[in-house]
Amino acid sequence: MKIVLQDLKRYYKYRYMMVMFLPAVVYFIVFKYIPMAGLSLAFKNFQIKAGIWASPWCGLDNFKMLFQSPAFWQSFRNTLIISAYKLIFGFPAPILFALLLNEVRQSKIKKLIQTVSYLPHFLSWVVLSGICMQFLSPSSGPFNMLLKEMGLDPIFFLGDPNVFRGTLVGTHIWQSIGWGSIVYIAALAGVDVSMYEAADLDGATRWQKMRYITLPTIAPVITIMLILAVGKMMTDDFDQIYNLYNPGVYNVSEVMGTYIYKRGIGNMQYEVATAMGLFQNAIAFVLVIGTNQISKKINEYGLW
Amino acid sequence: MKRRKISSFEIINITILIAFCLLVLLPFLHVVSLSFSAPESSFVEIRFWPEVFTLKNYRQVLRNRDIYTGFMNSIFRTVVGTALSVLATVCAAYPLSKRNMPHKNFWTIMVVFTMFFNAGLIPTYLWNKQLGLMDNKLVLILPGLISAYNVVIARNFFMGIPDSLEESAKIDGANDIVIFFRIVAPMSKAIIATLALWIAVGHWNAWFDSMLYIRDASNQVLQVVMRRIVLEGQIASLEIDDPLLASTANPETIKAATIMVTTIPILCVYPFVQKYFVKGVIVGSVKG
Repeated sequence: MKIVLQDLKRYYKYRYMMVMFLPAVVYFIVFKYIPMAGLSLAFKNFQIKAGIWASPWCGLDNFKMLFQSPAFWQSFRNTLIISAYKLIFGFPAPILFALLLNEVRQSKIKKLIQTVSYLPHFLSWVVLSGICMQFLSPSSGPFNMLLKEMGLDPIFFLGDPNVFRGTLVGTHIWQSIGWGSIVYIAALAGVDVSMYEAADLDGATRWQKMRYITLPTIAPVITIMLILAVGKMMTDDFDQIYNLYNPGVYNVSEVMGTYIYKRGIGNMQYEVATAMGLFQNAIAFVLVIGTNQISKKINEYGLW
Repeated sequence: MKRRKISSFEIINITILIAFCLLVLLPFLHVVSLSFSAPESSFVEIRFWPEVFTLKNYRQVLRNRDIYTGFMNSIFRTVVGTALSVLATVCAAYPLSKRNMPHKNFWTIMVVFTMFFNAGLIPTYLWNKQLGLMDNKLVLILPGLISAYNVVIARNFFMGIPDSLEESAKIDGANDIVIFFRIVAPMSKAIIATLALWIAVGHWNAWFDSMLYIRDASNQVLQVVMRRIVLEGQIASLEIDDPLLASTANPETIKAATIMVTTIPILCVYPFVQKYFVKGVIVGSVKG
């Protein structure tokens, strides 16, 4: 009782501060935490008339149904495969770009190249997919026209299941390489110039300087970024995939996010889609927290 | 200063980087060129400039009712949404930056937890529907009003402001709200500008919430209208407006002009605002 009274006194003392904070409390409860309570739907049998809260419980039935569905496992696999490709090919790209850019001494050219490379980051995937579709079109896109002029067959970047994942990775790199390089460029700016000067006196080559000075200095940043990227493997780029894919390539690119959307919003199977969302978010949560802890141990570079 | 010789390595390096820039830009140039091309132009050879220059596509696109309403709705959500979001974000961040906030750890965790775990699509959708936000313009603003990430960035900035500045105001009897708006906010223009730009670009580019909650054409945003025309190929609505043009219209040039109408506002501001974004990324990654 005494503690409560003390707390109330403290809140009264800082009442103006708390009034300022009140809208945030309301916002987070109404728009974040109440929907989280709505995750209980994953263990319920949803009835429209009863709504989320009054629908009857059904144990793990929704999960059983989910785990028996081949389409679910397909989307689970696709999420992991596409994430793995993006990690393998997309992760080194901005590092390479930053290293090349770091060698440019003319600061105006450097600025210009950087600004251009950021452009796709500022546009939505709705716009970017429109642009990609026109550019990669097998009939009128410049890329395939070039192939035709060279006497090659056109590539159906968006329609051929064998190349579609490649298209996803390629457009992902196109969109994110410039923006992703910012962290590395900032780290490269921190490399001690006197080390290069000393290396120059010893007659080190450009390659040796990169191998023995530049890379070791930015290695911690690379490690952290890699760990964080692994932590994000369960989150699929819904925006990119939903706007680029089509029925012809569903089997190689239906990921968890798009499948939840279709099954939940499209087919109104709310409980199963909620169960799937919970499954995905729970794994993602564990991965992110786990990798973040590791990165914090390695160095003071964690997310918080 | 010593005159430096440009080595062959530098020439090769800059060539690679310029080639890379072209690779980034070519898809954009292609769309720009298409959007200015006469619909009857032939598209049998690779070109990045119009064969016959025309503004017809733009005229046709801008005359379309859906695109006009979409444009206005996007401007509405960007202006009103950004103003409200920035206000709500700094009001959440300032108390969290103060050492003496009661139960500070608890409130911080309440905010930060949402960065790592969210309810997911379906519970959020059903709840917003229950709140009566379906087909309501507020759905474009309220559910995404505050982002935990932005709160953390702003909080870190406010923590860097020395307490002594606020102490003197406190002695004069000013309360925390007055102190914030009179003293702290004017000193925090840099972070407020960064947040505003960040949020504004996000609002302009947002499409999923609008696609999910808005059925009524008069509340739809530009990104979704554009999506319908470009990705789902529903050009029909465009042609009704002008039966004369309809017979000659080339869907690709119309699509390109539609893409450009959505993109031009961003193209106009991005070269000037990108440095604020870059600053934000660096601040966020070094210590979130």
